[in-house]
Amino acid sequence: MTTEGQAPDPEKEKRKIKSVKKMKEIMTNYYIEAKSAEQTGKKVAWITSGGPVEPLIVMDIIPVYPENHGAMIGASKMGVDLCEKSEQMGYSRDLCSYARSDIACAPVNGGPIGGLPRPDMLVCCNNICGTVLKWYEVQARYFNVPLFILDTPFCHTEFSDEARKYVRKQVDEYIEFLEMVCGKKCDFDRMAEVGKLSVRGQRLWQEVLDTAAHKPAPMSAFDAFFHLALIVTLRGTQTVIDYYTGLLEEMRERITSGISAVPDEKYRLLWDNLPVWYKTKWLSEKFAAHDACLVADTYTSAWCGSLKYIDENDFLGTMAEGYSRIYLNIGVDEMAETVIEMVDKYDADGVVMHSNRSCKPYSLGQYDIQRIVQEKREIPTLMIEADMVDERSFSESQIETRIDAFMEVLKAR
Amino acid sequence: MNNLALFHRIAKNPDEYGRELKKSGRKIVGYFCSYTPEEIILAAGAVPFRIFGKGDVSLADAHLQAYSCSLIRGALEDALSGGLDFLDGAVFPHTCDSIQRLSDIWRINANTGFHIDVVLPVKLDTKSSKEYMADVIKKFIRDIEKSLGIEISADDLRASAGKYNQIRAYLKKIYEIRSKNPAVIRSSDVHAIIKASMFMDRDLLLKELASFTEDLQIEGEKMKQGGKRVVLAGGVCNLPDIYTLIEDSGGAVVWDDFCTGSRYIEGEIDLSADILESTAGRYSERIVCPAKHSGLFPRGEHLVKIAKENNAKGVIFLFLKFCDPHSFDYPYMKEMLDKEGIPSMLFEVEDQLPSEGQFKTRCEAFLEMI
Repeated sequence: MTTEGQAPDPEKEKRKIKSVKKMKEIMTNYYIEAKSAEQTGKKVAWITSGGPVEPLIVMDIIPVYPENHGAMIGASKMGVDLCEKSEQMGYSRDLCSYARSDIACAPVNGGPIGGLPRPDMLVCCNNICGTVLKWYEVQARYFNVPLFILDTPFCHTEFSDEARKYVRKQVDEYIEFLEMVCGKKCDFDRMAEVGKLSVRGQRLWQEVLDTAAHKPAPMSAFDAFFHLALIVTLRGTQTVIDYYTGLLEEMRERITSGISAVPDEKYRLLWDNLPVWYKTKWLSEKFAAHDACLVADTYTSAWCGSLKYIDENDFLGTMAEGYSRIYLNIGVDEMAETVIEMVDKYDADGVVMHSNRSCKPYSLGQYDIQRIVQEKREIPTLMIEADMVDERSFSESQIETRIDAFMEVLKAR
Repeated sequence: MNNLALFHRIAKNPDEYGRELKKSGRKIVGYFCSYTPEEIILAAGAVPFRIFGKGDVSLADAHLQAYSCSLIRGALEDALSGGLDFLDGAVFPHTCDSIQRLSDIWRINANTGFHIDVVLPVKLDTKSSKEYMADVIKKFIRDIEKSLGIEISADDLRASAGKYNQIRAYLKKIYEIRSKNPAVIRSSDVHAIIKASMFMDRDLLLKELASFTEDLQIEGEKMKQGGKRVVLAGGVCNLPDIYTLIEDSGGAVVWDDFCTGSRYIEGEIDLSADILESTAGRYSERIVCPAKHSGLFPRGEHLVKIAKENNAKGVIFLFLKFCDPHSFDYPYMKEMLDKEGIPSMLFEVEDQLPSEGQFKTRCEAFLEMI
């Protein structure tokens, strides 16, 4: 953005990702469609970010993501106000700030888009946390709509045969649940098609992220935080394929023309945990000022990390495993291995970890991951204490000092 | 009642008791949370030993953030500092996000013998989740057989389940006697009994409980009633002082909804049915903890029910700070109590009372009001 009267800085303009405009259009249209569902007679399902959206697409149900909503609330800096509201409702300040701000939004249609469209059903998959279970129970009581829980047993060291059988059975129950709520049968041919589109979308997203392995990286994790929205919300549609095809092309062009995310990329860093939504710009500029680019992150890659378990020709049969073995539903040691693989793949010089008060499954265990990465790759790591939405848990001066000190260590190497 | 001194001694210093047991040649298996199917550990010939941890955390700080609850931090501290070196193994049932991650961190860092994750279903109210529960219990049996190098027969499991039925029946009896006349037994004594029952050699426990309950019934008839009747609700309540403070403030604890209380002792296992299925059934059907799902209202309904049944004048919620599942349920449960005209108060605790004065003042004010 430029201040009035000043000509745009051509250097900055060059670095802007052109696809952003298209993405904003898609997301605006998506929210308009969702918000006008009552008029069009379409059903709306609220679903967790790690939940299987594909059957909803098949059934023509509009998926809506309270977590995406939480991110928007954070990015528009409306988090503190809504979190405080939820505390007045009796929710502890120590609870997840996505949940708190969304719960506070519902009765008043608050937040940046005037609240989410009323759900006809809730679909909760606990592969990301136990918090979503409690959050969706709260909303199921509030909206008095049916709740489906897809229970994906945690994979500490294995995905057991018992768990496989249980989750596979629930996939059938999920379809039956949707058929009951919609009063129509599931079209399994279409399911197969949507499954293929989902896999293609995930592969394309991985390819987009992979472009950052190039030195210098054409995009940063901060860009990925933004472009992520589509693979989360519209996975299984052609829209995702078209958009990421265009984005991938743009990234390749940037590589060819030597356009990098950070002007003089000297240090390549990996980000762990959710973004600090209200401080992405500040953090991005802070690291860029040190010629450091956050080239990859464990968060946005979580939406394509379990592709290896999914057979695109048997999506329904294999998605149970795919959804159960995502990044947050595995043991700390396996997470550390994933981080190390990413360090190698993107040739990272260091790791920045966001210890996120809101997210225990993501944050507890980070100290061990930090130690394992340091031992196995001998690279510096930085731990930032913050929260993804609740700005009250962000101490700018303290974090700035820590980033500066961390960058000094990197530069001295 | 000499056994009361024994219960208190064990509850106060469980690790010391664990070491004594170990010296006598017993296998000891540590476990977390009341969702551990203890019957199987006992059927394997080992002593189930619940892990509560201790205060003064220092070593665990290198592994767990300050926004973790005192239960998991204290437990890890106990393990890392060698306090639990008598354990042959540790069992982690799947409950909340914190215990889930603690299991990983424990497996990587602690030295407490074998490590078994019992990845229970989170929803309990569907047919497939009940089948999965039974599958998980079978898997747990295989895992513990392998770890201890033994075999568990259906008869072993039936005998163990029978003992647990008796233990739970005695504990429930003590609860009922207290509810009838809270002056009969101090709540800090009841707490010590429940807590000790989670460490003790279960045969010795049964013997002690039998004689204790008998004595209690005889003595009970001599004493007078007193205090305002309250029900406590929350997760783990591991602070004996809390009970004393409530009683000193003029309250009488008549029932609770704690996993170190009624949630532990409810739920009988049907010994005449297939023992595996009925053991699994107990864990699907017992009073639900907020980390599990069994419909949208059962916890609130249950709390209202026990408050009414026990003629309570109020409810005191005691939560461990940073316990997400309980904090999420609090607003709706409070609302259900409000609708019934049952006053309540909430107090968050860590491994120690932040300030005894503060709790006592609030408690006195609450008890005066009700």
